[in-house]
Amino acid sequence: MSTRLHITGGRLFDPSIGLDEIGDVLIEGGSIIGVGPAADFDGVQDAERVDATGLLVCPGLVDIHVHLREPGQEWKETIWSGSEAAVAGGFTRICCMPNTLPINDSASVTEFMLRQAARAGLCRVDPIGAITMGSEGKSLAPMMELAEAGCVAFSDDGAPVYDAQIMRRALEYNLMLGTVLTVHEEDLSLSDHFSMNESAMSLRLGLKGMPEASENVMIARDIELARLTGGRVHFCHVSTARGVTLIRRAKEDGIPVTAEVTPQHITLTEEAIQEYDTNAKMSMPLRKEEDVQALIEGLRDGVIDCIATDHAPHEADSKNVEFDRASFGMLGLQTSVPLVLRKVRDGSLSLARAIESLSSSGPRCFGMKENTLTKGALGDVSILDIDTSYTLTKDINRSKSSNSPFWGEEMSGRAMFTIVDGRVVFDARKEFAGIFAE
Amino acid sequence: MSYTRPHLLGIEGLERSEVDFLLDTAQEFVAIGQRPVKKVPTLRGKTIINLFLEPSTRTRSSFEIAGKRMSADVINISDKASSTTKGETLIDTALTLEAMCPDVVVIRHPSSGAPNLISKHLSRAAVVNAGDGLHEHPSQALLDALTIRQSLGRIDGLKIAMVGDVFRSRVARSHLHLHRILGNEVRIVAPPTLAIKEFRELGAEIFYDMGPALEGADIVVSLRMKHEYLKDFYVPNLDEYSKKYIVSEPVLKKYAPDSLVLDPGPFIRGIQITSEVADGPRSLIAQQVENGVAVRMALLYIMSARRGELGTEDAEEA
Repeated sequence: MSTRLHITGGRLFDPSIGLDEIGDVLIEGGSIIGVGPAADFDGVQDAERVDATGLLVCPGLVDIHVHLREPGQEWKETIWSGSEAAVAGGFTRICCMPNTLPINDSASVTEFMLRQAARAGLCRVDPIGAITMGSEGKSLAPMMELAEAGCVAFSDDGAPVYDAQIMRRALEYNLMLGTVLTVHEEDLSLSDHFSMNESAMSLRLGLKGMPEASENVMIARDIELARLTGGRVHFCHVSTARGVTLIRRAKEDGIPVTAEVTPQHITLTEEAIQEYDTNAKMSMPLRKEEDVQALIEGLRDGVIDCIATDHAPHEADSKNVEFDRASFGMLGLQTSVPLVLRKVRDGSLSLARAIESLSSSGPRCFGMKENTLTKGALGDVSILDIDTSYTLTKDINRSKSSNSPFWGEEMSGRAMFTIVDGRVVFDARKEFAGIFAE
Repeated sequence: MSYTRPHLLGIEGLERSEVDFLLDTAQEFVAIGQRPVKKVPTLRGKTIINLFLEPSTRTRSSFEIAGKRMSADVINISDKASSTTKGETLIDTALTLEAMCPDVVVIRHPSSGAPNLISKHLSRAAVVNAGDGLHEHPSQALLDALTIRQSLGRIDGLKIAMVGDVFRSRVARSHLHLHRILGNEVRIVAPPTLAIKEFRELGAEIFYDMGPALEGADIVVSLRMKHEYLKDFYVPNLDEYSKKYIVSEPVLKKYAPDSLVLDPGPFIRGIQITSEVADGPRSLIAQQVENGVAVRMALLYIMSARRGELGTEDAEEA
């Protein structure tokens, strides 16, 4: 019986090692055992074949910021449905935030998440543990226990670690664990139950605005705390031009910080809210065109390390309400690749930087093993069609929720095959037969 | 001239001709309130629901009187009586009410955009915004415009000064939209915590001092400084605020001797406006309240009559 997978005739593309050539990949026992021309491989005749002709073969894509809602809010998403959305979006690995019910602040919750991920058996799911108990910001969560149970980073995402002393201690404690704090930066006294970006638009719509400064002062604080402690800070969903400037400066100063941006924050401005469209309500809020441009520039030159989706499923009932009462967030897993490739197509991002920021950069931020197309690497590979254009419809949605402002939009590029541990866990030609016209 | 939109959600985006039409229609209704028998059969058989999910006395009673003067059946639903306090969503409340076939739903709601939300889900009833969060209060802006027109004979080419808490005022926002449509010059004057720079993008000039702001103003609009806002640190205390920003006769006499004064109310004597001004010859406050009924009669008339005229096609359009 064959345990080998032979990917043939694709454009092998791994910016982290400068690889860009037509060739084959051979995977056996969960590891890549061959990369290059097919003639170099022995015994491929009995391998399962994936024809990647005309497609881009990349290291497995990784999303280090998703919300899977399980345990506790399974009507929004489960680890299984989130995994299905992930592999359909081209992701081989996702890191899930701890703001579940209960919060992931104990090993039993982490272990439960890992068991559910194994039951789904699709992509790799790495839990992120809470920094503070209940993510309430009052006392530290048992981060060693959480790390031993399998947490790859720590966060109170959805809320900031508001107390600077607790943040300081958490950073110091993590020096021992070698882990990263991935932080949602918001000065709550400035944001004051906001609904959107603070601007002339929020004034006009009469919605409470979150000033940029609410995010920036916390980024500045945590840069100083990283400098003080040597602890590593990763900034979640950066949304402001000023934030990019602060992070650029910190990196120049050698302070151990990294940052992510979401596809929506490099695609949309606050204008997407139009007349109170709750699908465009998120935290961090969508900002202005100059912020979008600064984020793209930061992503281009590496100040922003990676792209992460902040995939935030919500049932329609929590969005079909008054704007100030609506839940924050939108889906991301199945729109990330096409939205990032849109930036490649319009010339604002190179293909190499796009793929790097979707694959190897995220794990590097967390100090995790990076996917790469080399012998001995994990058998995690994403195969994309970067040339196709299509209208995004809900037919392809694998999430339990459908909160996205992008339905009905023209998209370019999509995942065709997702391979985890040498197994094809997603094949668009089978899964979406009849949905995408070939 | 006509108003053919399915709803009235705000002043923003209206055409000048629509504003003129609404004001002309309202002017015709002013006379009814001055008759000994203040009732006409115009809206007999029409049903109007006042869905007031935020405390309101003057706007709610103004809409109620407006409907009743035209013989409509007017039903008031207040915050405590509504199912929203039992956990029902606003959309479900609106759909439930629509199933009872009202012609107009007048809504007051603490959330900005709530009228926009229900208007997307109602296919038959017209939605009239009676004030939503900090967004808009269109009937107030229209009744103020009608009051100005009656007093000055015109509503364009004017200098308007708005004094007070412009930031926490939906009336101020509707005024800004309206004066932009009419081509009036608007100055706002308040401490910088309230007169925020973004108001410039809404077409206002910003002042922190009364003198230059009021200089040559035709109309001074006084806006309430609410005591409960102190906790948000906009001003240290109301005494300090009123020292600088109270609308008083000496200030008006000095900078805007010919000005008339509007106040959407409820106003606080001695804090935002002196009794000398509020009760004096410049004050249009009583006239505003009277015109409020006329404007709301016009809105209810236009919004419900239009349904009958346009028939079923219009439901699809909405």
